[in-house]
Amino acid sequence: MPYDDTDLTPKLAEAARQVEICNACRYCEGYCAVFPAMFKERAFGAGDLTQLANLCHNCRGCYYACQYTEPHEFALNLPAALAEARHETWERFAWPAAPARLFQRSGVALATALVFGIAALFWAAAALAPASGDGFYAVLAHGTMVAIFLPAFLLPLVAICIGLRRYWTEVGGQRITLAHLRDAGRSAATMRNLAGGQGQGCNFEDEDRFTNARRHAHQAVMWGFLLCFASTASGTVLHYVFDMPAPYGLFSLPKLLGVPGGLLLTIGTAALVRLKIKADPALGAPALWGAEMAFVLLLGLTGLTGLMLYAATGTTFVAPLLAIHLGAVLTFFLSTPYSKMAHGFYRMAALIRDAQVKRG
Amino acid sequence: MISDTRYDVIVVGGGNAALCAAIEAAEAGGRVILLESAPRAYRGGNSRHTRNFRCMHDGPLSVLTDSYGEDEYFDDLMRVVKGKTDEHLARLCIRRSEDCLPWMEAHGVRFQPSLSGTLSLSRTNAFFLGGGKALVNAYYRTAEDLGVTVLYDAEVTHLHADGNTVTGVDVAHGGETTTLHGTSVVVASGGFQADLDWLARAWGPSARNFLIRGTPYNRGVVLRDMLDQGAESVGDPTQCHAVAIDGRAPKFDGGIVTRLDCVPFSVVVNRDGQRFYDEGEDVWPKRYAIWGRLVAAQPDQVGFAIIDSKSLELFMPSVFPPIKADTIDGLAQQLGLPGRQLRDTIDAFNAACPADPQGRFHPTELDGLATDGIDPPKTNWARPITEPPFYGYALRPGVTFTYLGLKVDDTARVRSAAGPYTNLWAAGEIMAGSILGQGYLAGFGMTIGTVFGRIAGQEAAAHAL
Repeated sequence: MPYDDTDLTPKLAEAARQVEICNACRYCEGYCAVFPAMFKERAFGAGDLTQLANLCHNCRGCYYACQYTEPHEFALNLPAALAEARHETWERFAWPAAPARLFQRSGVALATALVFGIAALFWAAAALAPASGDGFYAVLAHGTMVAIFLPAFLLPLVAICIGLRRYWTEVGGQRITLAHLRDAGRSAATMRNLAGGQGQGCNFEDEDRFTNARRHAHQAVMWGFLLCFASTASGTVLHYVFDMPAPYGLFSLPKLLGVPGGLLLTIGTAALVRLKIKADPALGAPALWGAEMAFVLLLGLTGLTGLMLYAATGTTFVAPLLAIHLGAVLTFFLSTPYSKMAHGFYRMAALIRDAQVKRG
Repeated sequence: MISDTRYDVIVVGGGNAALCAAIEAAEAGGRVILLESAPRAYRGGNSRHTRNFRCMHDGPLSVLTDSYGEDEYFDDLMRVVKGKTDEHLARLCIRRSEDCLPWMEAHGVRFQPSLSGTLSLSRTNAFFLGGGKALVNAYYRTAEDLGVTVLYDAEVTHLHADGNTVTGVDVAHGGETTTLHGTSVVVASGGFQADLDWLARAWGPSARNFLIRGTPYNRGVVLRDMLDQGAESVGDPTQCHAVAIDGRAPKFDGGIVTRLDCVPFSVVVNRDGQRFYDEGEDVWPKRYAIWGRLVAAQPDQVGFAIIDSKSLELFMPSVFPPIKADTIDGLAQQLGLPGRQLRDTIDAFNAACPADPQGRFHPTELDGLATDGIDPPKTNWARPITEPPFYGYALRPGVTFTYLGLKVDDTARVRSAAGPYTNLWAAGEIMAGSILGQGYLAGFGMTIGTVFGRIAGQEAAAHAL
């Protein structure tokens, strides 16, 4: 039923108010995927708004182009309205919801979790010290690492899957085909929705000036993260399939993937931090600024300590650095369904859903 | 804030034409200051509400398809102005539009393919990515990068003239008025539609009920000042361009979203519940412009478009949700209309509609589905208003621009009775009446502003340097 906003939360209702104004204007059609998706509709229910909110990459092109931003009485700020709505959906879909409310909103909570994570690893290294072992395994036995990280990896994965199922139900997603995944993968790989529609980039760190700084920094972080993840995965395969346990030399698969990955992750997060400090917080979800910043720093710390650990090979710094690095990784994994990291999964789901809608 | 630097070129105004002039003058090497009366958030005049640029082209150009020649362009113009144009200036403007598009792109403007719902314009009009405010933003960036000094909240109140030479520009800024000195002056400060007193004097007292679709800063201060000093005028001083917009729109600056495209599928009544014009005379893009005037002639300058649920999704969504009711009486009550009269009007209309329209109704073309036996008739898309819920929109005249302006020659130079000014040029809405004597052609205001803004900037710089 058109214009029936009764089932919407206040944040979704505000997003609906703004989106209905956008739908009568349409000037921003060429910026990103949000607008063509929006202009297919005449009325916006919770599912439509959830999908639009998660499709928005907060490039802010539409804000600076908008005739109706404050002080105009229509008071449009679509990037902020969608950011608020987006975060609300992540809290709503998270399983369980309580940690999402905590880690979405509080950078202090994430930092505290990090302290506990690192402390846990120091304790493990001290209390469960192996009798023998090479490299890292001299500090923490392989079996101990698996005992800690296998559940720390799988449990968040289960939680994420539950959240994504809820998302998929709400937005009315259909069966996913290879073509949908290909479309979505291409958008993510090139960060098409941070490209401004014509490759000119975002309006992020310097008001209405278009630059690709944020797009490139985000690319570095995403690819860096994926390389690090591939590095760990390749190590696991080498260990179990080929019976080649760590440590690995520079020209091994884990290192060839992990070193560039760590460099990209470290440099990319540093760039994102710099850009985020310059950007106007009022065009995002200002209350979540600290938590988002804490997440970026945690990601950067993971990459940086990983590189430092490699550089410290053979020195006495290995033991404390390993505890710090693995503590950061542990905190990162466990908080994934509840921190800003969740955005990667929901964004991917939104891109897949968008591909479905576009392909009819 | 304002230094007593002598400028080569002073540009009065801060919209598209002013920016084009400032950029051209700065690129020619001039020391340029641009005086925008609005605060920064509202900079750009009516340009911030625009969406496209009508452009002549010999073959596919940027986002434009096919070709659009000078004669076809001029014929399109003649159809709307009905002869009220200066053919020499109009053709000059049309011809120059072609090399403006690449110039615009080179100075930061981005175009996008024709917006959804506007495919009919994909050959003739290049749409700005993000709309007119994005264009304005890009031009301010470019101008500032070129060293143009930009002042906001800087209202020019008076131009000092000695014979046919402008000797100083009075600008009110930061609580004081300063006289600036420039070798050349370009005025590009728009029309007077935001001065409601002036509008009421020109049009009549009912103009106070009009809504102004664009900026509240186009008060015609410089236009009035120059006319008072004997500059030659052009355009009908009593007329403005008005379209019918959503009656709930803000008094100023409602812009594009306040348009309503429902009229062809509606019954439109006045305050007294009476129909007053053929709602289905032609397709909406060819009729929207006359409805401002039609509504302006009704009591209280208000109209009401009534549709039923059959038609709700046949037109672009409105910015405000329509008033909705399950009965015509309920709708009348919510709209403040006399219920009995509205019911009689709708009943009479319904009875006059063709009995079996099935298959004959075609919303996007003239379908000839006409009423029989009522006056005024509805000559297309006449379907009875019978299926609840019923929806209603209030309509009011929304003023886009005024026609009165300064007369210019083909170098954009302003004239007085004693001949051309030696150092004064005009561009944009303030001189558009020379070319657009009545009516409106989509995207042509930006073409006039760009072409004459650039000419004015070049001429002003050439005079100063």
